[in-house]
Amino acid sequence: MKENINWKIGGQAGYGIMVTGLMFAKTCLRHGWEVFCYTEYPSLIRGGHNTYQVHAAKDKVNSQKKKIEVLVALDQNTVTKHLLELSAGGVIIFDPEKVKVNLKKNLKVQSLAIPIAKISKEICDSDLMKDTVALGASLALYKADFKILVSVIKDVFKSKSAEIIKQNIEAAKKGYDAVKPNSKIKVLAKLSKIKSASKIIVTGNEAIGLGALAAGCKFYVAYPMTPATALLHFMAKNERAYDLVVKQAEDEIAVINMAIGASFTGVRSMCATSGGGFALMNESFGFSGIAEIPLVLMEGQRTGPATGLPTWTGQGDLLFAINASHGEFLRIVVAPGDVQEAFTAAVSAFNLAEKYQLPVIILTDKYLIESPQSTKIFSTKGIKIDRGQILIQSQLNKIKDFKRYKFTSSGISPRSLPGAKGGEHQANSDDHDEYGFSTEDIKTRNRMMAKRAKKIQNLIKELPDPKIYGNKKASRTVICWGSTKMPVLEALKQNNNFKVVHLQYLCPFPVKFFTKNIINPQKSMIIEGNHTAQLKQLIRQQTGLNISKTLLKYDGRPFYPEEIIEAVKRL
Amino acid sequence: MPENLNIKSYETPVKPSWCPGCGNHAIWVALRQALVKMKIKPWEVAFTFGIGCNSNGANFIKGYILHALHGRPLPCAEAIRWTNHKLKAVIAIGGDGDSFGIGLSHFIHACRRNVDVLYLTHDNQIYGLTTGQTSPTSVKGFKSKSTPFGNIEEPINPLALALSNGASFVARGFAGETEHLTSLIINGIKHRGFALIDVFQPCITFNHLNTFAWFRERVYKLEETNYQPTNKKLAWQKSLELGHKIPLGLFYQERKATYFDELPQLKKEALVEKSLKNINLNKALEEYQ
Ligand SMILES: Cc1ncc(C[n+]2csc(CCOP(=O)(O)OP(=O)(O)O)c2C)c(N)n1
Repeated sequence: MKENINWKIGGQAGYGIMVTGLMFAKTCLRHGWEVFCYTEYPSLIRGGHNTYQVHAAKDKVNSQKKKIEVLVALDQNTVTKHLLELSAGGVIIFDPEKVKVNLKKNLKVQSLAIPIAKISKEICDSDLMKDTVALGASLALYKADFKILVSVIKDVFKSKSAEIIKQNIEAAKKGYDAVKPNSKIKVLAKLSKIKSASKIIVTGNEAIGLGALAAGCKFYVAYPMTPATALLHFMAKNERAYDLVVKQAEDEIAVINMAIGASFTGVRSMCATSGGGFALMNESFGFSGIAEIPLVLMEGQRTGPATGLPTWTGQGDLLFAINASHGEFLRIVVAPGDVQEAFTAAVSAFNLAEKYQLPVIILTDKYLIESPQSTKIFSTKGIKIDRGQILIQSQLNKIKDFKRYKFTSSGISPRSLPGAKGGEHQANSDDHDEYGFSTEDIKTRNRMMAKRAKKIQNLIKELPDPKIYGNKKASRTVICWGSTKMPVLEALKQNNNFKVVHLQYLCPFPVKFFTKNIINPQKSMIIEGNHTAQLKQLIRQQTGLNISKTLLKYDGRPFYPEEIIEAVKRL
Repeated sequence: MPENLNIKSYETPVKPSWCPGCGNHAIWVALRQALVKMKIKPWEVAFTFGIGCNSNGANFIKGYILHALHGRPLPCAEAIRWTNHKLKAVIAIGGDGDSFGIGLSHFIHACRRNVDVLYLTHDNQIYGLTTGQTSPTSVKGFKSKSTPFGNIEEPINPLALALSNGASFVARGFAGETEHLTSLIINGIKHRGFALIDVFQPCITFNHLNTFAWFRERVYKLEETNYQPTNKKLAWQKSLELGHKIPLGLFYQERKATYFDELPQLKKEALVEKSLKNINLNKALEEYQ
């Protein structure tokens, strides 16, 4: 049996759960293991219930698991809410002074009582170090190399005082030593050091931010909204080192218009928000479409409608993104399935936006963009920057009668940037003629619509097809999009009797793929995080295929591999 | 063309479609006169427009023009300025609906940001393009198609609003005083920071109250008095003078750091000039290992 670590820590917001979880994950990473972390928190700053879950293994891990092996309960609420998630033989770590654990007879769980608060008090005269004590104890159970934990503490608290770092190391050590090497309490995995290529742990937000930096994004603008807020933090942190301007605007309408204004001057610009903010941006989204101004926008879905479940995940905005804004115009919607795809999609988004002069939505969700996971180190090697057709001064000098929206066979008209002589033009939200002047002429309107729409012909050839995973010969097919790929691939690791079709580029829709690849709708199931089976609707609309089965979820929680395996049995 | 830069250099093949006698014509003349006097060439300036009669002007002027949505010329203009501070001028143009109705919050934020943008608001105290409804600057009691029994709301005071939110150049012009307006525009472009020029622009078709004659009876130029535009309190008092005497001219000007001055990233080159070659991710990746 393969060794797996499934560890979870829970407590109140303000306890340091998030940073402790990350330190656990980084310790695994530095042992050469792969990790996937999943966090839950309510929309509250103090007092809410927070959890951090780490799934680690020696080979690729794609998602969190329902069943955990070790539960660190820093408060009673964690016991109440999560005790039953422990698998048989699992361990609960707690402080008997603070938390009561009544193990029913039929619950085969080992309990590890540690005077966490007391240890913390000895070190810093308060219970501030309790999470670090529990972290030390957890890693002792897995027989981790303590030196690696020390290196993680030093790095994570780099910006803190030497005193705080010292106290944390001491707390971790005392927690570690509280689990005796001959303790009867045992876990199945041993966190042994293995040789593997260097890796990083990043969330989707960070992956997209890194992709944006690599693509040469020089202007980032946003208004804070979970779960996209951390991308604003990432970009702001890197503002000076990467020579970009980061702006927090007054609202999302300003945000998108600033991104458009910046792009008009020729800067690679980006903005991000969640569904609510994107709703506010809708009118201006169409401005990018009609004026053919490149736009890169990340929409990080959370559970709607309206304020919905602000800190939870969902895939309810697929059809919204595809149909956003009034009128008809071409846009690209790409929904990366993991952090590696998120990085690549961000880089491509900038290239595609400029090459085809249109808006690109990177459609993500809380699950992808707030879940840290390990991946190979992102590299800029092989990254191509394609700025599309921008006329430089010497080219403009040769053009007597510049037409910004010239009718061309590809539908793409070379653009000019402010400052260049002879390239003056109007980028117009009214429909316009080849120069950009407003017109209501029937013939021009029809040709202009056709010109913009025509870009799809080359675009569709360039976009990557959906990917097939798993047992390619299997008749059972699971179809999913965006972040649902992660738990689906995790399920596949345990049960290879189905194949998976993952859609990343959803608009324009890859119709050809569905004509080339035989999919038996009776033996297929769509798995997605919404109530109305939006991908199912889309596939039927675009291809006529009516996929018979669905597994849907709209409670704010991601899918778990366990429930996917169960569902596939129904096929 | 630069050798004989003149007002025609700023024309396009499209002739203005404004009503004969509309105040917009005079603003269009003043704007071009100012640019010519400053020897700014059409390709060195970016204009952003909203939607309204005034913003149809996007078709009548040459330059790099972003003809945005109703209410949104300012955020577009701010970003143009941040990303290319080397342009000789960035000028945002909107109506009173654009500026003080649907786009009001952008206006307040632009004031406090002190971005180097000139905002020319064509203030006709009515919604022109939508055929004559009450606007946020229409006076109390004003009758229009949307308030046939009289407007029961107080009007917005654009100058007072700008002053209270940190705008560093606050002025008022009048479409009936083209030369005066031209010199205000020149000073507004020269000003380093956010400059508001609210322009009384009589709408001869729909606003039968605030006509050219109505304004001529009331307006006077601050420059012709001993008023000094350096004291915010005095400027504030002047901005409230809206009775039978209404001041025109520069109410307030202050030299303070612009958005650009505060950003070390922009010291060497404009954002748009930054090289996208050889970007190295190592530094950003450090903390994720
Ligand atoms: C979002 C949106 N709402 C409404 C309109 C309709 N509309 C066009 S112009 C305008 C107001 C025009 O008034 P103003 O801004 O004062 O400009 P004017 O026409 O007087 O120059 C309105 C409401 C629109 N274009 N967009």
